[in-house]
Amino acid sequence: MADPINGAIARQIYEKVALLKANDERARKVLKAGQLVMPYYSYRGQELIPAAVSTCLREDDYICTIYRGIHDMLAKGMPLKQLWAEIAGRATGICKGKGGPMHLTYPDKGIMVTTGIVGSSLPIANGLGWASQLSGDGRVAVAYFGDGASNIGAFHESLNLASVWKLPVVFVCQNNLYAEHTTYEKGTSAKQVSDRAFGYSMPGVRCDGNDAGSIHAAAREAIERARSGEGPTLIEAMTFRFHGHVYGDADSYMDPALKEAAMTDDPAPRLRAQVIASDAASEAEMAALEARIESEIDEAVAFALASAPPGPEELEIDIFAEEVMA
Amino acid sequence: MTHLVQTAAPVATAAKPIHILKALNQAITDAMEADDTVIVLGEDVADPEEGGVVGVTRGLSTKFGDARVRSTPISEQAIMGAAIGASLVGYKPVAEIMLMNFVTVAMDMIVNHAAKLRFMSGGQTSVPIVIRTSTGVGLGTGGQHADYLEGWFAHTAGIKVVCPSTPADAYGLMRAAIDDPDPVLFIENMPSYWQKGPPPERGYYVPLGKAATRVEGTHVTVVSYSRMANECLAAASKAAERGVSAEVIDLRTVSPWDREAVLASVAKTGRLLVVHEAVRKFGVGAEIAAEVNEAMFGKLKAPIRRMGSAYCPVPFAKELENIYAPNASAIADAIVELGKE
Repeated sequence: MADPINGAIARQIYEKVALLKANDERARKVLKAGQLVMPYYSYRGQELIPAAVSTCLREDDYICTIYRGIHDMLAKGMPLKQLWAEIAGRATGICKGKGGPMHLTYPDKGIMVTTGIVGSSLPIANGLGWASQLSGDGRVAVAYFGDGASNIGAFHESLNLASVWKLPVVFVCQNNLYAEHTTYEKGTSAKQVSDRAFGYSMPGVRCDGNDAGSIHAAAREAIERARSGEGPTLIEAMTFRFHGHVYGDADSYMDPALKEAAMTDDPAPRLRAQVIASDAASEAEMAALEARIESEIDEAVAFALASAPPGPEELEIDIFAEEVMA
Repeated sequence: MTHLVQTAAPVATAAKPIHILKALNQAITDAMEADDTVIVLGEDVADPEEGGVVGVTRGLSTKFGDARVRSTPISEQAIMGAAIGASLVGYKPVAEIMLMNFVTVAMDMIVNHAAKLRFMSGGQTSVPIVIRTSTGVGLGTGGQHADYLEGWFAHTAGIKVVCPSTPADAYGLMRAAIDDPDPVLFIENMPSYWQKGPPPERGYYVPLGKAATRVEGTHVTVVSYSRMANECLAAASKAAERGVSAEVIDLRTVSPWDREAVLASVAKTGRLLVVHEAVRKFGVGAEIAAEVNEAMFGKLKAPIRRMGSAYCPVPFAKELENIYAPNASAIADAIVELGKE
């Protein structure tokens, strides 16, 4: 059931969704054309989740995300040019080309860690939450992860500690039904991920991750709860990953009927129609927004491709604060 | 911040000797007093839980409050994650992993995250944490409570490794480690917590990466750290009685190690023995031996020797535990043999 959400909020969410969706489409296009080589984990189909969560966050709130997390970063404000330069491995990248698509960081917008290790976004989000609790600055930390991460020890240790310490953390599981290649049912004993919150004495909320209103309602409540000092929440947002685990995999392990149904019911155009129907934006305004996004991505890709790679001296920089002959 | 930096540990005059445990406690206390962003976490570290299993953090939660000094669940990944997260936004966590073997449970957080976030973020973030841990043979704890695993971390770019052997160094290195802008693995030796020595001067720092020459000698350079540095000192006295003069260098910091000090000493003696409690095979000694060999091939009077523990898990039976790691008499024999080559 879709929770009601007003047109202005839906529009705000869609503006992010449009960017996220277009960026993923472009990334796959660029890879297919051989313009860039990188490990790429498509998030197509999952855009509404971080888009809706981010509209409830303050600019100075924190996120920790994972290798399938470019949508999470863009929704939080990662600048396009520096993102593209980073995933292209260029010196102008946000991490000087030393992090790459799985390890982006942008503290200016609270994007603190992107990890390539399943489950490792959660323990670090707790530390950010602890810092907020100590300083009293009211910041909330969001840990994004997938359903597969709910089976790794770090998930359980993190939920337990966050609950015991009442940390201002929101754990957002984007349940796309696949842990890499393995289906949810094959790998997960819990009927649903949100059930696991019960064992850690925190609210476990399952929402429709393909419905902006449903995610927005769950996120708003969890974030308010965290900010007011009442502790963490586990949100399970149900969604579907349109493509394989990593760009180029055969995705033969995915049920074709399920995939087709999910793609037919693509949540992004559905939200677009919803916004137009609510009169929060006209078709022309939406088309203009999408055209602007395309041209911004054009610029970002061109900027990345024209940028130089980092120099060899970078191998010896940023190991420690001061250069050390180890 | 200005602070006293000296390479030779100054000692407060006319003061009673203190043990290493007390020196560590003083260092953390002084750091917390000097800087509100220093926070402490780990299993049993707060006073209701006795301030740590041996009491290194005793008194801190009472003095600085439960917000800054927190006992944690037995969750090493969660401990390290909390430390890393808080450090990314301005705090200086001192995280205790009770025993070195327990770091294996938190390797992902330490190796993939703490050590790498500065580099992977292109220098946008840093992880100024201290990971305190304790280990060492001698207490009959067997195979999973006494390993020296410093070589693993010395092999990991982005984390420093510190191993004090005296109370004054324990204090000075801890102060330096807490103020360091990068992650520091601080390895304490369990059986020598109660070893006494001249007390540190409050507020003094031992710079990371600087070795101390414990005793000067002419025939053999002996390089060591942690408890073994003290065994080497005792061995040097025994060797001197047998006519061989050993110069004992205590690295204090394993990574980055003081290459300059070691090379200068070997230039004088022409002979090198490296001693550590970690298993000899693939240990820190191998790296030091290789570096010195590359730098001084042709100038050495004898092949470089290494001593370390046996290639087996730490055994329980006292008779086996006693011969597992090098000791002063075996080290003395090695010094004498090497000195005569």
